[in-house]
Amino acid sequence: MTVRILGVSAFYHDSAAALVVDGTVVAAAQEERFSRKKHDPRFPRLALEAVLSAGGIGLAEVDHVVFYDKPFLKFERLLETYLAFAPRGFRSFRMAVPVWLKEKLFQKALLKTELQKLDPGFDGTRLLFSEHHLSHAASAFFPSPFDQAVVLTMDGVGEWASTTAGLGHGRVLDIVREIHFPHSLGLLYSAFTYYTGFKVNSGEYKVMGLAPYGEARYLPLILEHLIDIKPDGSFRLNLDYFNYCTGLTMTNRRFDALFGGPPRHPDEPLTQRHMDLAASVQAVTEEVVLRLTRSLAKEYRQPNLCLAGGVALNCVANGKVLRDGGFKNIWVQPAAGDAGGALGAALAAYHGLCGGPRTPQPGDSMAGSYLGPDFSDEEIQRRLQAVGARFTILDEQTLIARTADALAAGRAVGWFQGRMEFGPRALGARSILGDARSPTMQRVLNLKVKYRESFRPFAPSVLREDVAEWFELDGDSPYMLVVADVVRRRRLALTDAQTSLFGIDKLNVPRSDIPAVTHIDYSARIQTVHRETNPRYHALLSEFKRLTGCPVLVNTSFNVRGEPIVGSPEDAFRCFMGTEIDVLAVGRAFLVKGEQDDLLRSDYKNTFERD
Amino acid sequence: MMDFIKELWLFMRVRKKFWLLPIFLMMALLGGLLVFAKGSAIAPFIYTMF
Repeated sequence: MTVRILGVSAFYHDSAAALVVDGTVVAAAQEERFSRKKHDPRFPRLALEAVLSAGGIGLAEVDHVVFYDKPFLKFERLLETYLAFAPRGFRSFRMAVPVWLKEKLFQKALLKTELQKLDPGFDGTRLLFSEHHLSHAASAFFPSPFDQAVVLTMDGVGEWASTTAGLGHGRVLDIVREIHFPHSLGLLYSAFTYYTGFKVNSGEYKVMGLAPYGEARYLPLILEHLIDIKPDGSFRLNLDYFNYCTGLTMTNRRFDALFGGPPRHPDEPLTQRHMDLAASVQAVTEEVVLRLTRSLAKEYRQPNLCLAGGVALNCVANGKVLRDGGFKNIWVQPAAGDAGGALGAALAAYHGLCGGPRTPQPGDSMAGSYLGPDFSDEEIQRRLQAVGARFTILDEQTLIARTADALAAGRAVGWFQGRMEFGPRALGARSILGDARSPTMQRVLNLKVKYRESFRPFAPSVLREDVAEWFELDGDSPYMLVVADVVRRRRLALTDAQTSLFGIDKLNVPRSDIPAVTHIDYSARIQTVHRETNPRYHALLSEFKRLTGCPVLVNTSFNVRGEPIVGSPEDAFRCFMGTEIDVLAVGRAFLVKGEQDDLLRSDYKNTFERD
Repeated sequence: MMDFIKELWLFMRVRKKFWLLPIFLMMALLGGLLVFAKGSAIAPFIYTMF
């Protein structure tokens, strides 16, 4: 008998829905892509409809709906934290408790009401709740290619746990160790994200991108005052310096005094000090993650490691774990953040509660993470016509040839193909592409297409078969979750004057044959492109290589700053018309900017709240 | 609502956290008062409590 399970994550950030049928991940999508509100925390009605439609079923045919965490446990943590710190934290208590009493404590009823809108016959008996970190661990282990593995999850906080270690074997997954709130690596990183003037829960990438510009000058201070790391990687934070337990900010005055000033205001310019702070927290994070993975490798003598949780999106740390060699193979869930919890919750219920069998697939069972909606050629044409786009329908070969030509000529290309990615990274289905060889591409894309901070690096897509020719990596990295350096022979020697540059001035110095994707420390966040999972993108890279000798493209998400990645052909067209993207390929429809109606151009970049 | 109370009770039993009960009761009481208090005669009573 077929077992259909729907996973749901919602009400905090990055709501999502995932459909698992007999253990196979049929579809998964984040609500923000449909609602056009970044990190949308609302009940994922649109995502749910999309995954059910992809599975060709209605909610009535679903056996279980599994929510990704346990609200009562979370409330328990909240209450106990307030009690532990009382009378401090009254302001925060006064704000949080009414929200809980009115809404969050009654999540089961809320979920039931929302689900009944899709299926009036839905009753609570089909509704289950998984634990937050079990959901993460399940999302990391069950789709992985391993029969046995150590599973490490790290994030801000779930119910109580902020870090867990588990063991996966066949269809069984056991959590064996936990570190509890308020001690949290994710929250430490978020504290520095806040302190360096970025948004918590979304600006962490920026801190990671900023880190190579700085020196870890504050590392001794952090190790002495903020965190006590044990040899096995377990840790405790010194809560005297943080405000997140009871306050409305991440850090407090004592933290300011320790690091020599108040938090940066988002509009304030970034200075070397902020870069050094970023470098320091990145170094601490790597130290904790490496100690954890080394001790787990030693204890369990397992060659395989699975990672999930927001901290697993720290691809710089992941790269270091891989090179450290404690584990031979590492697999990271592409939707490692809370969105992936929806998928994990569904898989945990299938293999745990339902006792469903599990057969690990070579590669993995995520289908390249192309798990979202797609659009037929006819639908694309109809939708593009409706918004006034002027386009040509090309055959497959011509589409690839013309797109590769445009890329080789230095054009910025919007690339909207096939099923949408699940997870925060664009992987060649909803991407903006550019020529990685161009020394100006990084600047152009940052300032004229994405309208984002000029220090932020771009990631390369590279043909899997050519990855070792260009990067110090000879394995799969299909989800852009591993960072490795550009190989030495592709690097360019710097002059003394260039070497002595500081901070963002370093950015404009080309440092390899593919400067647009080489960060200032020669690192790159690599996506290996595989023929099996994305044949059209693979064909494009192959054609670009034939034209230029280079199998590498810049691949950045198809959006502007603050905007969720485009979800529909209309979104893609609007973004195309509102930015300086030159060419757009939506399925086989090919659009050139110069041929479009000028009246459809819009001031797009201010439409979205800055992240 | 009965379902919710039943689940909350089960939760406290499984977690062995019966000491949360008085806190839950206080909150339910205050929460109830706050709801009723909107524009009612109970409002002054609540304000003196804070």
